[in-house]
Amino acid sequence: MLQEAALTETKTETYPVTGADLLLRALEKENVEVIFGYPGGAVLPLYDKLYHSKILHVLPRHEQGGIHAAEGYARISGKPGVVIATSGPGATNIVTGLADAMMDSLPLIVFTGQVATGVIGSDAFQEADILGITTPITKYNYQVRSIEDIPRIVKEAFYIASTGRPGPVLIDIPKDIAAGVSDQPEKETEVNLPGYQPTLKPNYLQIRKLTEAVSRSKKPVILAGAGVLHGRASKELKEYAEQQQIPVIHTLLGLGGFPASHPLFIGMAGMHGCYAANMGLTECDLLINIGARFDDRLTGNLQHFAPHATVAHIDIDPAEIGKNVPTSIPIVADAKEALEQLILQDGKPPAHKEWMETILRWQEEYPYYYDKESVQLKPQKVMEMLHSKTEGNAIVVTDVGQHQMWAAQYYRFNKADRWVTSGGLGTMGFGFPASIGAQLADPEACVLAICGDGGFQMSTQELAIIQELNLPVKIIIFNNMALGMVRQWQEIFYESRFSHSKIPVQPSFVKLAEAYGIKGYVIQSEAEAEEVLDEVLHNGEPVLIDFRVDPDENVYPMIAPGKGLHEMAGVKP
Amino acid sequence: MKRIICLTVMNRPGVLNRITNLFSKRNFNIESISVGLSEHEGMSRITCVVHVEDSGASEQITKQLNKQIDVIKVTDITDQSIVARELALIKVQAVPYTRNEIYSLIEPFRASVIDVSKDSMTIQITGESDKVEAFIELIKPYGIKELARTGTTAFPRGTQRTSQQSKSYSIV
Repeated sequence: MLQEAALTETKTETYPVTGADLLLRALEKENVEVIFGYPGGAVLPLYDKLYHSKILHVLPRHEQGGIHAAEGYARISGKPGVVIATSGPGATNIVTGLADAMMDSLPLIVFTGQVATGVIGSDAFQEADILGITTPITKYNYQVRSIEDIPRIVKEAFYIASTGRPGPVLIDIPKDIAAGVSDQPEKETEVNLPGYQPTLKPNYLQIRKLTEAVSRSKKPVILAGAGVLHGRASKELKEYAEQQQIPVIHTLLGLGGFPASHPLFIGMAGMHGCYAANMGLTECDLLINIGARFDDRLTGNLQHFAPHATVAHIDIDPAEIGKNVPTSIPIVADAKEALEQLILQDGKPPAHKEWMETILRWQEEYPYYYDKESVQLKPQKVMEMLHSKTEGNAIVVTDVGQHQMWAAQYYRFNKADRWVTSGGLGTMGFGFPASIGAQLADPEACVLAICGDGGFQMSTQELAIIQELNLPVKIIIFNNMALGMVRQWQEIFYESRFSHSKIPVQPSFVKLAEAYGIKGYVIQSEAEAEEVLDEVLHNGEPVLIDFRVDPDENVYPMIAPGKGLHEMAGVKP
Repeated sequence: MKRIICLTVMNRPGVLNRITNLFSKRNFNIESISVGLSEHEGMSRITCVVHVEDSGASEQITKQLNKQIDVIKVTDITDQSIVARELALIKVQAVPYTRNEIYSLIEPFRASVIDVSKDSMTIQITGESDKVEAFIELIKPYGIKELARTGTTAFPRGTQRTSQQSKSYSIV
């Protein structure tokens, strides 16, 4: 009786409700703070309800900018980024961001409008089969077919996106469902997904096996990937590495998981990684991979990858274990839980003195280098200056290309969650909008959007957001009048036939920034750089700096495609 | 190598699309796939026959399928003792003087005739793929007008033999 009375009471209070009401209520329940969305016909019912909502709505100037911003937000806040796009063209404009988030395991909740259920399949105005399009590039996707399902679907979507190996989830909402009215009382929903039970706790026997392997090993290394960051396990990683005295190598996406200033840190491995890290992977006898997926840009030719090593792989996604590299100690678990268990084993740290000396020698003999005497402004120098002037505390968000690699090489990350980059998909146009999301997730932080002149022009329109919200993002353009990485590959592999990789006609980036009410600078020398960076890095305002860097500078060292990690080119000047 | 994989999946919209999409995305070659309801309400059973290069690839298939939200259970039953069946419908040319000959072929295969017309007959045959294959070869010379096969559907036998080395046989 009591229950019944309670039900009727809520009913008179809040029912009937529209689909859009239920949706907004579900978002509020998930404590969503910010939505990156672009309105359109099919999502009008939802936008009408957003009119009075407390949730901050950010209007990008292109949906792709919106979803990349949501990715930056997710990477820094650890919470799912929420995106709204309308049906058809709105929905297809977010496809690149979905693929990017899928590759880099970023949690996103993406709502797309859809034409009304009655006309789905008739090629109606602004209709696209977004479920079909996004099935291979989402962790899961839904089309809402009845209003009553909305609370359950939203709850499930947040659960799926943010647990296990994170990833994007898309919810497609037909217009008549969002506008439709339900007088059914909202049911309390529990997540019930029998087919989705991520394994978080490691298998004890495998943990023992790894501990024994560590105690036998003479040349162990830890390869730490983004899984360490997603699992918020950097503290545990440090504790374990120190306890066992195992040196740590980072993947591109994992940077910051282990402090770069730590004596056990070797460096980043991979195509443009450092010599010591790549040789460490080649020479080690035990490779402990924590949350990295052995991407081909990391491993080089698999035939020569870690040829002498026993491979242990800790990953929350069992399908990653053994996918590219045969693994003898598989541990399916959350990085944090696995490391906690490993620390508890407290095996005696074996003596790795000789191994550490070898690594140190590699580091000293073959460091990253560039011509410090050059009159031309060197991008590496700019990165070093940015590092020292922000004391390594800035959030560094990059686009894709040469500048991305220089940032990874020269900005020495000492903290977790200070690094946002498009690693897996390698998306140009990602960096600048992602920096907007990163700044919203951490308003106090100094956010550097490191872009190339090519990538920045793929998303310049988002200058509007930083002006509108007065976000103090520092846009750093490494302007070499070219698609630098393409140009570098053409120089090396296509006998300097620079087919369409040079951009001879550039806009004035400064005037472009000024058009949006943002201050801009052109910098051609180190002295100018010193002066301007001192002035703007901590002034709390957005700024764009167009660094005219040496147009012929290349990223070295480098592993050519098909070569092994030990076959690095350009290790020494 | 050929692998037979059994899946139990939730009956959600687009689930078959998800599975086939995964196969094509990961470049796995499907020979056949059959779907139908299972003994549990709200769940379907899928049988896939796939060709893979090595055991690593077959392990990868199983893991990738398992990762799907709608997939409850995945088992590679290739090395188990299993019951596997395929259905084929074959419309074959049959003039009065060849009819008896065809009937004499049908008999040992325990196939049956399900439709007859003036110049053709339709034969239904069920059994393991090999048996269906053999029958089709045998009947080919008479002239096959139409052929439809379902692909294999299978699950493990009620009792598993202790030795699983030899190929499993099924008594027709």
